[in-house]
Parts: sequence; C-alpha cells; structure tokens
Amino acid sequence: MQPGDEIAPLSVTPDRYLTVRYAGASGDFNPIHIDEEFAREVGLPGRILHGLYTMAQVARAHTQAGGGPASLQRLSVQFRGMGVPEVELTVTGTVREVRADGVAVVVSHCEQDGKRIIRNAEAELRLEP
Amino acid sequence: MAVNPDVIGKTFAPATYAVGREKIREYAHAVGETEPLYLDVEAARAAGHADVVAPPMFAVVYSLPAVWPALFDEEVGIDFARMVHGGQEFRWGPLVVAGDEITTTASLKDVSERRGNDFFVFESVSVNGRGETVCTGLWSNIVRAA
Repeated sequence: MQPGDEIAPLSVTPDRYLTVRYAGASGDFNPIHIDEEFAREVGLPGRILHGLYTMAQVARAHTQAGGGPASLQRLSVQFRGMGVPEVELTVTGTVREVRADGVAVVVSHCEQDGKRIIRNAEAELRLEP
Repeated sequence: MAVNPDVIGKTFAPATYAVGREKIREYAHAVGETEPLYLDVEAARAAGHADVVAPPMFAVVYSLPAVWPALFDEEVGIDFARMVHGGQEFRWGPLVVAGDEITTTASLKDVSERRGNDFFVFESVSVNGRGETVCTGLWSNIVRAA
C-alpha cells in the first residue's frame, strides 16, 4: 500500500429484516431500528440502520484490505446521516499515509443513495511486513 | 448545560461478557462476514487460534452490557428521545476468540455543550482474562436541544 492507493470498495444491500437480525446479534433493540410505526412517530422516514452496523461495513472493507481481523488497529467514524434498509451501501477508502512502523492510515466514506452517511472515517491498518 | 459537570469522570460498574462460538457466528452472519476465521473452528485453529475469532466490531457486543447502564445513569441524565449516536472510535489489541471472558468498564470521559446541544463522550475499556486490553471504545452521543 502506498499513499493515494484505494482499498477495494465494498458494497452491500441490507435486506428488509437486517435491522432485526442486527438488533438480536448486537443487543441494541432501540425501536427506531425495528419498529416502523415507532420510527415514523418520532419523525424518521421509517426504520433506520444501526450506525454500528454501518460502521461494521466500514470495518469489513478494511479487514479485507488488510488481510484479516488482526490488521485493524483503530477505526474512528462520525455518523453524518441515517442509513435505511433495502438500499445499497458502498464503502470506499484511500490510503493517506504509511507510517514508518508499517501502519497505513486510511480515510474512508460510506455512501448510500448519493449521501455519505459516514464521512472521513479514519483507520489504522497494520500491514504485513 | 443540562448536565452537572461533576459527573465527568464517573466510572460505572464493570460487566463481564462470556464470548460464545455461536454468538460470534450469529454476529458475523448479521453483518455479512464470510471470513472463515469467524465462522469455521477448523479454519481458526489452523491459523493458530484457540477457537473462532470475533470480528473487530464484535466489540459492540461485549462492550454494550457495560455501556448501557452508563447511558441510562440517572446522574448523567441523558434524554433518550433526543439522543443520537454522533461518533464512535475503537482501538483494538489482541484478538478475541470464543471462550474468552471480557470485562468492560465504562466511564463518562467528557461532557460539553455547543449551540444548545449536549455532547457526551463515554469511554469503554475491555480486558480479557489474561489482563490484556482487547479494545478501548469512545462513544460520542449528542442530545439535541429541546
């Protein structure tokens, strides 16, 4: 990896019931993610994706680029929009620098329907020597 | 600011989470992981791990039992109806595998107010049975102005 290199993009379309499965898997049962009526009552367009599910897709793009789970040392994201089920998510990232200790700093985004719902995520990926 | 600044630095009761093989698989399937290290015991053992490996973001699963009580703490006083998850950071140490017991301690690291919105930053520190820090999390939550 060199500065300016792009990591392989990752695309995934969460299905209609994904938020229910992620709620069960993660333990986050906030009704804005699983109850359509509740979500509308609090002013949302409908059930929204868990931010930490979207972050997991960003993490996945990095562990695939870095060659496995041990490569990912740090990931920091800002949630800038709401993700929704049944619309494709795409994660793209660019290597900003490769430090002397062999750690690449990667800046990435997660986009859905033309909007960056995670913007300027920063990751540290340890590259194999 | 709605919150009492004396609450900054408050540390909450630790919670211990026993990492199970099927829970790792359930989580991996939910987030669309296909990496055999997470799903296949033989593949994990062949790579030198004692059991299936937890994906990095599984940190959410073992940290939340310690983080929820911090978010709901009465002294902290977060109004959930107006709370949004603003940001998240994790730093990872040694990998977590099925069979590990992870103890997480949460604390309230910072509270600030900008343009009427309250910003709460919680820290979680997760340690395995060998005393190694496997993950440190920073959970940033925004409580929008009423």
